Amino acid sequence: MQDLKLNKTLLFINALVPLMLLMWDGAHYQLGVNPIEFLTRIFGVLTLIFILITLMITPLRKLFGWGFLIKYRRMLGLFAFFYGCLHLVTYIGFDRSWSLSSTVADVIKRPFIMVGMVSFLMLIPLAVTSTHAMVRRLGAKRWLKLHQMIYLIGIGGVVHFYMIVKSDVFYPIVFMVILFVLLAMRLYFRINKAT
Amino acid sequence: MRNDIKPSEITPESTYLNRRVFMKMGLATGAAVATGSVYRYFNPIIAADVPKSSGVDAQTQTSVVAQVDSAATAQPVQMIDKPNSLQEITHYNNYYEFSTNKSAVAKAAEKFVTTPWTVEISGLVAKPQTFDLMDLLKIESEERIYRFRCVEGWSMVIPWNGFPLKKLLDKVQPLSSAKYVAFETYYDPAQMPSAKYAGIDLPYVEGLRMDEAMHPLTLMATGLYGKPMPNQNGAPIRLVVPWKYGFKSIKSIIKITLTDKEPPTTWNKAAANEYGFYSNVNPTVDHPRWSQADEQRIGEFSRRPTLMFNGYAEEVASLYKGMDLKVNF
Repeated sequence: MQDLKLNKTLLFINALVPLMLLMWDGAHYQLGVNPIEFLTRIFGVLTLIFILITLMITPLRKLFGWGFLIKYRRMLGLFAFFYGCLHLVTYIGFDRSWSLSSTVADVIKRPFIMVGMVSFLMLIPLAVTSTHAMVRRLGAKRWLKLHQMIYLIGIGGVVHFYMIVKSDVFYPIVFMVILFVLLAMRLYFRINKAT
Repeated sequence: MRNDIKPSEITPESTYLNRRVFMKMGLATGAAVATGSVYRYFNPIIAADVPKSSGVDAQTQTSVVAQVDSAATAQPVQMIDKPNSLQEITHYNNYYEFSTNKSAVAKAAEKFVTTPWTVEISGLVAKPQTFDLMDLLKIESEERIYRFRCVEGWSMVIPWNGFPLKKLLDKVQPLSSAKYVAFETYYDPAQMPSAKYAGIDLPYVEGLRMDEAMHPLTLMATGLYGKPMPNQNGAPIRLVVPWKYGFKSIKSIIKITLTDKEPPTTWNKAAANEYGFYSNVNPTVDHPRWSQADEQRIGEFSRRPTLMFNGYAEEVASLYKGMDLKVNF
């Protein structure tokens, strides 16, 4: 019990390390020549990383019997949402100068923004229903079904990333491959459970 | 319960838990360092600009930029065009042959060898010849402070040094049949090992219509800020066409060919629906995937509106009279 609390604290601090380093770099003007573009991009990448880590929990549990990992999944998912919010705020604040109408116009005009925006909007109910109270309110079955949206969100995220690059698709492809493997593993376990 | 261990040997629970905490803290520090290292690997510390008053006084710009600005509609004070710092200009480069990471090109291009260098001019000309770089550097050079607008949506103001392309083309005497000028860049997989990740066909090629090439604004740049062209900016000699998107300003030129057919251009080959032959800066014609109505001026906080022909409309609009710029993008 005590260990769990300690572990969660350590995970929490660790998940914030990228943000702290970014703030440090920002204070020392080390965010490169185009800091706004850099921040937007890195918050996006961090969102994807945490989505993928969250999706790793069940495959690891099924592969190695590490049931205890489930206890950390909520925090990881919420960090994905947290970095997603930072990504969104950086975009709306700097790229769109806090203009809602400009943002809406951009969403309509740019398909890749639409994909990203829809993925983020889908994250919101997941964040809102992440608490114990919510799980009880929804009941395990409904809660699980709702949170299966993370598959779509993950796909939306990597597609969003892929759609914005000009020619170097290396990192988007890396993320796509990882996502594919994680989803394939789930499918595999589901099929095997049935037989 | 084993009998050979004395009760006094049992570690007190508090000590046991403290040791676990200690170990966990160690693990946490290790994990944080590991996370930090991964972050640092992807974002190495580059000595950056600390904002202070730039060395260049905004008032001393008796350049094309200042003249065009006064001709444009009255703009707020914010819309002045202050030259970007040398640090910014030399550490934010799209030079895919060296790296697709704009901050990494400077280091990757450090060992790029640019002497000896020749520029071969051939095709529909009366006097085809190969120029040695040293001869080109002898051509009287001037400072041109130009706006530079990347198709991606960011821009800078760069004090180039160079001479009008017209001066060079006049030496080879283009025939009347010459309608276009094609350019080719240097490409060497040995010096450019990352080129295979570029995602575009190499060597990089570009082209201009004859009247665009002979326009007084079109520059063959051999330096910036009074220094020889840095490797990452397209050493030793490059093109600058300030009213077009930056990718048209081909770097590290080795060959110029005068032709009567519209020459292939690298980005048009990569995605014809996104990058046209003309690629004039035009806030009313969007890129299929993003708007071109505004741009991020490097060094500024908020975005600013993009100007037609990058603010050079007065000088170049006549070149495109009668052309549908949505079709000829």
